[in-house]
Amino acid sequence: MSADLLLYLDGVTVSFDGFRALNALSLVLEPGEMRAVIGPNGAGKTTMMDVITGKTRPDSGRVVFGADTDLTRLDEPAIAALGIGRKFQKPTVFEPLSVRDNLLLALAGDRSPRFSLWARETVEERQRIEMILLTTRLTDQRDRRAADLSHGQKQWLEIGMLLAQEPRLLLVDEPVAGMTDAETEQTAQLLREINRTRSVVVVEHDMAFVRALGVKVTVLHEGAVLSEGSIDHVSADPRVIEVYLGR
Amino acid sequence: MRRESALTVAAILGGALLLAAGNVLVPASGSLHVSGFVVGLAGKYLCYALLALAVDLVWGYAGILTLGHAAFFALGGYAMGMYLMREIGARGVYANPILPDFMVFLGWKQLPWYWFGFDHFGIALIAALAVPALLAGVFGWFAFRSRVSGVYLSIITQALTYALMLAFFRNNMGFGGNNGMTDFKDILGFPIGTDATSVGLMLVTALVLAGAYLLARALVASRFGKVLVAVRDAEPRTRFLGYRPEHYKLVVWVFSAMLAGIGGALYVPQVGIINPSEFAPANSIEAVIWVAVGGRGSLSGAILGAVLVNLGKTWLTGALPEMWLFALGGLFIVVTLFLPRGLIGLLARRRAAPKDAPAAVAAAREVTG
Repeated sequence: MSADLLLYLDGVTVSFDGFRALNALSLVLEPGEMRAVIGPNGAGKTTMMDVITGKTRPDSGRVVFGADTDLTRLDEPAIAALGIGRKFQKPTVFEPLSVRDNLLLALAGDRSPRFSLWARETVEERQRIEMILLTTRLTDQRDRRAADLSHGQKQWLEIGMLLAQEPRLLLVDEPVAGMTDAETEQTAQLLREINRTRSVVVVEHDMAFVRALGVKVTVLHEGAVLSEGSIDHVSADPRVIEVYLGR
Repeated sequence: MRRESALTVAAILGGALLLAAGNVLVPASGSLHVSGFVVGLAGKYLCYALLALAVDLVWGYAGILTLGHAAFFALGGYAMGMYLMREIGARGVYANPILPDFMVFLGWKQLPWYWFGFDHFGIALIAALAVPALLAGVFGWFAFRSRVSGVYLSIITQALTYALMLAFFRNNMGFGGNNGMTDFKDILGFPIGTDATSVGLMLVTALVLAGAYLLARALVASRFGKVLVAVRDAEPRTRFLGYRPEHYKLVVWVFSAMLAGIGGALYVPQVGIINPSEFAPANSIEAVIWVAVGGRGSLSGAILGAVLVNLGKTWLTGALPEMWLFALGGLFIVVTLFLPRGLIGLLARRRAAPKDAPAAVAAAREVTG
């Protein structure tokens, strides 16, 4: 394998009570790439995210990040510190905190209690937050409690928090679930913008959205890769049609 | 927030000064005279308020429902009790200059090693902070690292205080067993039980409470406090942001145990006794109820709750002693059902209502429109 891969999943298997959520899954992601991952329910999309972010430890296989970091040996905070950010399917923002404070907590920096006890907001931090507010179209909402945002705004805030982390790789789980068409289009735009500087993996059900992204697609089925290529290539693949699109 | 802090500190110090003046300045024959008994009660409530503050920090802000916080309070109390015992010196029943009465009674020939140094007030004060901190540190390190949370954590905190109670009941622990420690004579040379000493202790307690409140206020307003709230509401999410929730919980847990410890240390000279019943699980549960009544997640609410519920307890256990536990249970149910944010929530709602009305109308329009 070449040394300049960003992420390399090598034969990853995860079983829950005998059910194989991931079955010798292998996947390669290059730096700067945006990848869409699709598949029917239970195909293993979320489990794949769990394995990459350290939430689930695989039974076998390796997950290599960058040159030679084995993610299966690390826990969630350690993996986050390496520069892997994750957005969940259900938007999880810190509801009692303001939009600004949500971003402040997400900003790349020291995560230790010793630091946060004495931390004062710096000018750079303030500027970074304003930038992200602008990117995510949340400038007017900056002082509102996150709990009071609309569903779409929460999704964006969460994407904003990911940006604030300055990750090298973003994992985004169903970003447009429950969004209006206009919000979906804006989200696709936002992800493309983000992809200019960072690698992104998007798990999605919405085919129109995946088409709008216009990136390489990986189809998962029963915990393994069924097909890979452009959206036109995979939607023409008879196996894909059978398990996913045909229904 | 600043206004609330100022009001709270003013209420604590103002109230304490008023009571002190009522005792010292008003002659005993005057109708406005505050008796030493009432001053002592007030001092006791302020100690409970320290415990409530400690409980609210971990429960209200970090989501750790502790059912064993009275253990830290009692440990602080025992540390102070040990000093007060040594202070008795040869004035005890057995007139032994070194050994406290209960040790002479048990036939002990010398002071156990862990009693050394407790003839110094400073050492006792350090122990009142360090012993709860140490226990909380060890307990929290194991519990939070293994991600024990929710009801399981509550149960082991309860088990902790119960185990300590059983241990302190044993005579050969060297802490006075069943009877604990009492018959204190003086503290730093001031005779215990006189009005002047009661007033002094009550004022010191008020100062410590005000200081602890401001410290806790600063803690929850800092970036640390924001992370804490994030951990309380969405712990897994904070991990994916790179935070280690167990470290944050441990810091606030240890700090909270120290607050409870200092509360206990101030409590013992004012009530004149410390015994193992202070570890009783019911005490810790009562402290949780004070916080729930005052307003979980509001530091001034915790203080208010502790003072009001204990006022009610003093009155009711005098008037209808058998009713107290029913009243306490009923209070908890009512607050849980109808006042999720406690009395402070009620006050805040009343104050905010006229101001928020236009916003509410706008929000309603948004929903319907």
